[in-house]
Amino acid sequence: MLAHIIQTLPQVIVDGLTLGVVYAVVAIGYTMVYGILELINFAHGEIFMSGAFIGTTVLLILSSVGFLSSVPAILAFIIIIVIASLATGFLGMGIERVAYRPLRSAPKLITLITAIGVSFLLQDIVRFIAELKTGNYIVSAPSLFNDKIHLKTSAILPQFGDALFKSSFLVVLIVAIIMLVALDFFVNRTKWGMAMRAVAQDRETASLMSINVNKVISVTFFVGSALGGATGVLFMIQYGTIDPYIGFILGIKAFTAAVLGGIGNIRGAMVGGLLIGFLEMFAAANLSTLTHGAFGAEYKDIFAFAILIAVLIFKPEGLFGKAVVEKV
Amino acid sequence: MKSKKVVSLIATAALAFGIISGCSSSKGGSSGSGGKQVIKIATQSPLSGGSATLGEAIKLGAQLAISDQKKAFAKKGFDLQLVPYDDQADPKKGVSNAQQIGSDKSILGVIGHLNSGVTIPSSEIYEKNQLAMISPAATATDVTDRGLKVVNRVCARDDFQGPAGADFAVNTLKAKKIFVIQDKTAYGSGLAEAFRDAAKKLGADIIGYEGITVGEKDFNGVISQAASKKPDLIYFGGVYAEGGLIIKQARDKGLDIPIMGGDGLDSSSTVQIAGDSVKNVYLTSVAGDVTKVAAGKKFVDAYKAKFGKGVESYSSYGYDATGVLLKAIMSAIDKNNGKLPTREAVSQAVRAIQDYQGIINKVGFDNKGDNKFAKVYIFKFDKAAYPAVQQKAISK
Amino acid sequence: MRKLVDLFSQNKKAQLLLFIVYVAVTSLSLILAQQSVVAFLLLLFSILLLYFLKLNTKAKWIIGLLIVAVLIPFSASQGQAYESYMDVATLVGIYCAMALGLNIVVGFAGLLDLGFIAFFAVGAYTYGIFASAQASKFLHFGHFPLSGESFWIFILIGGIVAAIFGILLGIPVLRVKGDYLAIVTLGFGEIIRIIFNNLDHPINITNGSMGIASIAPPKIFGIVIANASQFYYVALAILLVVIYIVTRLEHSKIGRAWKAIRDNEIAGQAMGIPLVKTKLTAFAIGASFSGMMGVVFAAKQTYVDATSFTLLESTTVLVMVLLGGMGSVPGVILGAAVVTILNLQVLTEVSNWLNQLNTNGVISVPDALSPAKMQRFIFGLLLILFALYRPKGLIPAKNQKYDANKLKKSTTKSMYVEPQVSNDKKASGGSEI
Repeated sequence: MLAHIIQTLPQVIVDGLTLGVVYAVVAIGYTMVYGILELINFAHGEIFMSGAFIGTTVLLILSSVGFLSSVPAILAFIIIIVIASLATGFLGMGIERVAYRPLRSAPKLITLITAIGVSFLLQDIVRFIAELKTGNYIVSAPSLFNDKIHLKTSAILPQFGDALFKSSFLVVLIVAIIMLVALDFFVNRTKWGMAMRAVAQDRETASLMSINVNKVISVTFFVGSALGGATGVLFMIQYGTIDPYIGFILGIKAFTAAVLGGIGNIRGAMVGGLLIGFLEMFAAANLSTLTHGAFGAEYKDIFAFAILIAVLIFKPEGLFGKAVVEKV
Repeated sequence: MKSKKVVSLIATAALAFGIISGCSSSKGGSSGSGGKQVIKIATQSPLSGGSATLGEAIKLGAQLAISDQKKAFAKKGFDLQLVPYDDQADPKKGVSNAQQIGSDKSILGVIGHLNSGVTIPSSEIYEKNQLAMISPAATATDVTDRGLKVVNRVCARDDFQGPAGADFAVNTLKAKKIFVIQDKTAYGSGLAEAFRDAAKKLGADIIGYEGITVGEKDFNGVISQAASKKPDLIYFGGVYAEGGLIIKQARDKGLDIPIMGGDGLDSSSTVQIAGDSVKNVYLTSVAGDVTKVAAGKKFVDAYKAKFGKGVESYSSYGYDATGVLLKAIMSAIDKNNGKLPTREAVSQAVRAIQDYQGIINKVGFDNKGDNKFAKVYIFKFDKAAYPAVQQKAISK
Repeated sequence: MRKLVDLFSQNKKAQLLLFIVYVAVTSLSLILAQQSVVAFLLLLFSILLLYFLKLNTKAKWIIGLLIVAVLIPFSASQGQAYESYMDVATLVGIYCAMALGLNIVVGFAGLLDLGFIAFFAVGAYTYGIFASAQASKFLHFGHFPLSGESFWIFILIGGIVAAIFGILLGIPVLRVKGDYLAIVTLGFGEIIRIIFNNLDHPINITNGSMGIASIAPPKIFGIVIANASQFYYVALAILLVVIYIVTRLEHSKIGRAWKAIRDNEIAGQAMGIPLVKTKLTAFAIGASFSGMMGVVFAAKQTYVDATSFTLLESTTVLVMVLLGGMGSVPGVILGAAVVTILNLQVLTEVSNWLNQLNTNGVISVPDALSPAKMQRFIFGLLLILFALYRPKGLIPAKNQKYDANKLKKSTTKSMYVEPQVSNDKKASGGSEI
């Protein structure tokens, strides 16, 4: 039993890492918005999905005009990811302006419900457009990076099996890491980042320090959504097939990751995302081996949700968060 | 205070009237164009959701059959119409639609459903209304095993399709170690279970039996598990949305072994999703390759001309099921001296059909409503193109 | 014009007369037109009109009951669409009770629950397992399926089991608040659904994704209840009980405690409200309504599987509560009715109508636009618009007004005061003239 788990471990780590970075970047979107507005932006998963669809559209247009064959794949990829993240960034800003800003002083419950509404709306609009254009809302994109890479992990330790992955995995990993590092720099080292942290800490005091709170919130939404949209493109590159409903469950899992890391904490969200991705992959690959077939891979989602509930109950501030004392 | 109340009253009234006005003209009377009596045929299949491609094919097949026979019915003084319902693959919606269908007395028969899980509760309603139902696609054993008088199907049962696939996998493909994946839906589990049990009996070793979640895109966990166990064949019970991805991700993991699936994979979307990886994929289908017979080629051309789409697996079965139903209605009309027959007469006439020549195979119902001539076909994808190449036809 | 309206809103007789004419016309047209969805909906709409009439509460109840229990079934039974109407009406009843249950949790106690459908599932599976041959697959004693007579006990059992699940969920959830609570309940709802969908091994309890078929229909005095028109009365009876309980609870001690912790938990706690007990009761009572209706649902469908209990369903119930007005009992009933009818009848009808136009070549609407597929779009739009412009819903909740002097006088008497809608109307109407 143990031999089997060790043997699959390299492959599980590679796959878990792929899924994990996707979760991590999406989780950051949740955590940024939550940190600043204390709102679970349920629509963030749908922004991720919209990014994937916008990316696919651009990709399909590029390939139909014959652009793809004339330039290296990596250049086409950069164009796609930039367009998609700009578009979703503005989409996120627009959503905030229309649906969240008028409700900033309303009870939290109401804003949360609006967020669910936005998420439904986006799902159906994308479904509608995709169905109108292609007759089927499950859309497949041509793959840009298709080389298979064989990682001889068995050379390190004889018990290990080999890991196999596509070159798209490397692209996903590198781009995600670049985004994470850039974001970390942006939040911790720039003026806007400082303003963001100030608004997150205390909105009123920040506005007294001549920070334009509305603008900062807009920028937060832009950055978070652009990251989400870019992740959507990464997802599309990696899995090749998307539908309008990919955002919802993925969004919930990414939120789980954000909570696991301590909501509002950007580095926590990264770690949380990687952890959830890895755990999920591990559960899918090994649950039935571990339980001798009593529970199979179909229970992996329970695993993710159970972790969420356990964390919230025993360590509500998350792994890296600070406990907040309620102000009375 | 007062104005608020008025506003709330107006708001509710506006909402309610908006709803009402929406369906004001939705119900036509029972007399159609030119004073002819209207006969309606309802289809119920998922037109939205994950299996919309298959559901749409059933609807279009039925539509083609109806437009083919419209003239024959017009001669007898009837106006034939199609009413498509969307069951969204949701049992609750299916039952609610079934009630509506039952209440529209001009509907004399139902073609549908795609999913066994929807067929089972909905057919109870048809039974109460004595309304004949012919399913082109519901393969679960429970559909006909409950012994309802109105329930019929033209496709093969799970306990025929699964074992047929297992027989092919073990005896023809010589698979010794089989890894089974299923999608945890009524359809996928039923088929995968039937396959697993039959394959076990034939002496194959089932080295894994795992479930996945419908709607997800990453199945690498399960596939890694499969890869590490080094199977000779992977069997997938489920539909194309997940099946295509599993095929693709398995090939990415270097699993170049044959992958086998059921009729849920028999769709152009499988090829679209899996791309080149679809080579060396086998599938069992209850619908045969229509292009092999002359009548089928004509059907494919007519379908393409009318809808601008290629045929899907269930297009021909939707067409045949409707054809059977229309033939039954016709004979019931004749029995009733050219007058509109009752629903009961129609459902009896449907069950009485013994040798209807469909596009590919014959249709004749036994006393449970299963098609005596139902066959299972084995297909193989040699290249990334749909339809796949037919390998074998297995009859009972 | 305004004066006329004011005059009309004051005149009881004129209102009553107009109302009777309205009901008579709609029910007659339902009888005569045989198959008019419009007439059916207009007749249902009369209940709402009745709510706005200036009559005393008792008279309203009696008239309302007459319409719902006698007039609607009678006029519908004359047409062919009888069972179809009654099926929709039964589902309206089921969803009303569920929405009222959620209203206790969300509207009264302010605990956002995104996994509410789980309790419905618990109720449905409780009856489904024991009223079919399923139970004999894991229980080796007793004789299954239980007969249809057990249905009536199972309504209670379903409610109790769901309440237990509600408390089980409540205990860990008490430690989290607000948004966290929403996400935990969402997780809980998904866990329940996944477990039900997978519990065919190691022990076959729910038959996994194959679902449980051939559930015994209820029986009473030897009569088998199998038609929607019969289930309608079952659902109606339970709904009435639920409405009674909810209206009694709303103004009781526990009801006021719920609202107090909703508005300010810390202040409520300081006033001596036991937080744990109050929240758990809200979960338990809300869940039990849902569980009871789950039993009815399983018996009506004769088939349960996990696909009926998805996250979309939880959100649908939430939309009902929000649309009608959080915390407002009549509002929630209206919301549930509107959403259910919209979903099951209107969208399908409009789609069919569009399709007919398509086939007749009048207009050409792409298939993707079919309203039946637009459910999410419509819900999303409703949620946003209502949150933005009408956050209190169609019929906003009213806080009961207490007369301080009256209270002082009658401290020894019962604290319960009838919520007098008409009184307050009178006062405000008079002042504005």
